[in-house]
Amino acid sequence: MTDTVAGDSEAADLETFRVETRAWLEANCPPEMRKPATSDADVFWGGRNAKFSSEPQRVWFERMRDKGWTVPDWPKEYGGGGLSAVEHKVLRAEMGRIGARPPLSSFGIWMLGPALLKYGNEAQKKEHLPKIAAGLIRWCQGYSEPNAGSDLASLQTRAESDGDDFVITGQKIWTSYANYADWIFCLVRTDPTAKKHDGISFILFDMASKGVTTKPILLISGYSPFCETFFDNVRVPKSQVVGTVNRGWDVAKYLLQHERAMISGMGERGVGRPLGQIAADSVGTDAAGRLDDAMLRGRIASFDVDEAALAACAERAVDLAKAGQAHPAFSSAMKYYGTELNKRRYEILMSAGGVDALEWESERSRQGARPRAWLRTKANSIEGGTSEVMLGIVAKRILDLPGA
Amino acid sequence: MALVLTEEQSMLRDSARGLISDKAPVSHLRHLRDSKDPTGFSKEFWHSFAEMGFAGLLVPEEFGGSGLGFVEAGVIMEEIGRTLMPSPFLATSVVAASALNRGGNAAQKAEFLPKISSGSLLATLAIDEGAKHRPLQTNLQAVRAGNGFKLSGAKALVVDGHVADLLIVAARTVGSPGEREGLTLFLVNPAAKGVAVERTIMVDAHNAARIEFANVEVDADSVLGEVDQGAGLLDGVLDIGRGAVASEMVGLSEEVFGRTVEYLKSRKQFGKLIGEFQALQHRAAELYVDIEITRAAVMKALQALDADIAKAASAVAVAKARAGTTATRAVQEGVQMHGGMGMTDQFDIGFFMKRARVCEELFGDANYHTEQLARARGY
Repeated sequence: MTDTVAGDSEAADLETFRVETRAWLEANCPPEMRKPATSDADVFWGGRNAKFSSEPQRVWFERMRDKGWTVPDWPKEYGGGGLSAVEHKVLRAEMGRIGARPPLSSFGIWMLGPALLKYGNEAQKKEHLPKIAAGLIRWCQGYSEPNAGSDLASLQTRAESDGDDFVITGQKIWTSYANYADWIFCLVRTDPTAKKHDGISFILFDMASKGVTTKPILLISGYSPFCETFFDNVRVPKSQVVGTVNRGWDVAKYLLQHERAMISGMGERGVGRPLGQIAADSVGTDAAGRLDDAMLRGRIASFDVDEAALAACAERAVDLAKAGQAHPAFSSAMKYYGTELNKRRYEILMSAGGVDALEWESERSRQGARPRAWLRTKANSIEGGTSEVMLGIVAKRILDLPGA
Repeated sequence: MALVLTEEQSMLRDSARGLISDKAPVSHLRHLRDSKDPTGFSKEFWHSFAEMGFAGLLVPEEFGGSGLGFVEAGVIMEEIGRTLMPSPFLATSVVAASALNRGGNAAQKAEFLPKISSGSLLATLAIDEGAKHRPLQTNLQAVRAGNGFKLSGAKALVVDGHVADLLIVAARTVGSPGEREGLTLFLVNPAAKGVAVERTIMVDAHNAARIEFANVEVDADSVLGEVDQGAGLLDGVLDIGRGAVASEMVGLSEEVFGRTVEYLKSRKQFGKLIGEFQALQHRAAELYVDIEITRAAVMKALQALDADIAKAASAVAVAKARAGTTATRAVQEGVQMHGGMGMTDQFDIGFFMKRARVCEELFGDANYHTEQLARARGY
């Protein structure tokens, strides 16, 4: 009986939180921030050189930051909102209800933060987490190398011990936004004699350090979201290793789970106009109001079924984690499906757009926003682990198939 | 509401699984089929089901039921899907009980619901007429005659139709096929004059019937819900049935998948376990992901039904569409990966393939529900 009473009062508290959150969002989220960003330039990433693309973007970011809601579920002492998992779910639902954008996009939030919270020492947490929460430092990820893609653990960037420092030399590739980033979290080989997974360390350093250079890579989308990043005798204090030296692979894998969860999220965007209505703009409708392309309509409807199902699965994954029933490799399953689904979305958008979706440089097309986004999605099933690697992880770690 | 089972729901699952896997494994269905059992299910086992409170799972406590919700009904259906146990649970305890509970007047509820709870009354919904599930195309005519109606027409795929004590018949009182207006549900005694029931042995060896109605007289008291306005009641009842069948398909898919993965881990060819081949590993992994996503979609739909049946339609459409596609894939991969063994009647896997095909047609296939979603979203 006491359980029921406690449960009831918890539910009442949560309902109060929902009501207050809804009212706060209504009062504080500018109307312009209640629709998806129109381009990458319209997304706020923070950092030393950050610029707001609009006044509403600044207002929205600052209000959310002041509540700790750039990172709602991080502890307050590190700049977070201190929300419980259920409160965080309510906040997400309420933001989703009005289509509110995230106030701050950040690899610090999505990837490094969770890894630091689990593996970082107190000094590292105090130093880095509040700056991530406040959007002061923009991070990039130094994982892949020219010869270490899917086989990430074969990475060769060396970190040689020299007194209190490591001296780092090597090359990273596909470093997202390295040319804009202030700091990097980086995998380096600290023991070249150990087995490949055992000699890796996870280390943090300033991109302004002597010996760091970046070179953007032009992609098929015509944009350069990725860089080659070169390290030439970069000196980094050993105190900036996260976790234990030579045990960086544990940190790397944990972070990858979060990265994959982030990328899989690209496949489920419930907000905005239904795909079928977007398609109707260009394809037209018949007398009954149905898309005037039966095959396309069928593809869109199948997509909508799968998208709604994936959204339920994402919600369930969070609930399973909360209940301690989640399989640690499940983010690989979600990453696989979410990215493949997002590619399907853009193939549909391109089919639906027809000739209009082919314009590359024009005001009308917002400088080819749709075809560039379409091409960008092709990387979704490659970055953060290819679809094939994800399926291999599911086969081995979840299904326990032999020799996988 | 978290998309995981509560502790009570997990306990319900465990007790249902214990009972069903013990008393009604796949060999139970095989025996019923091979012996050409005239009932098509075990009456004795149905009584055990009733004693556990499962027969009246959805029936309110005041009528002797357990007063539980659709998530709980889904839990039972999923366990049924694992062993393919033929039982009146779907037709009587889920669909008919919901129709009576939602549409019945006080007298109808008091007459039928306690008997459903005790396991002594079998009931079923007679809805489909053509080859495909199209509820609004209902054309069985109900014409006013004296104080009541006369029913004429035919129904197909009436689940448990040959053993049911009570038929809930969807009929057209006005209008033309395709119109929402003019549908009425009737409670019909299958022993009434003019009712002809033909048991149809289906591919899955489960119970179904074709039923003809030739000027069957029913009185005004036999109307369930409102005359001409049955579409709303029917929508809700069908969505409940869809959620339940989707759950059965999740259980079925998981069982087939589990058996298939075990086979991949034990069968050797070319000197290796076939589960070592990446071609099979990736297909198995894709199927796993599909099943997990479908499971979440089905749970979402059942929770939506528990919250508000009138607002659950899109979630149910997603769930039934996904469940159909996933189960179809699961049984096809199951047979293929079992190789020649999968083709034998002696091996159970074929039973799952057959049942999945029937579940896919029950209450609308994946195409039907995908279409419903497209319409709901206005394109």
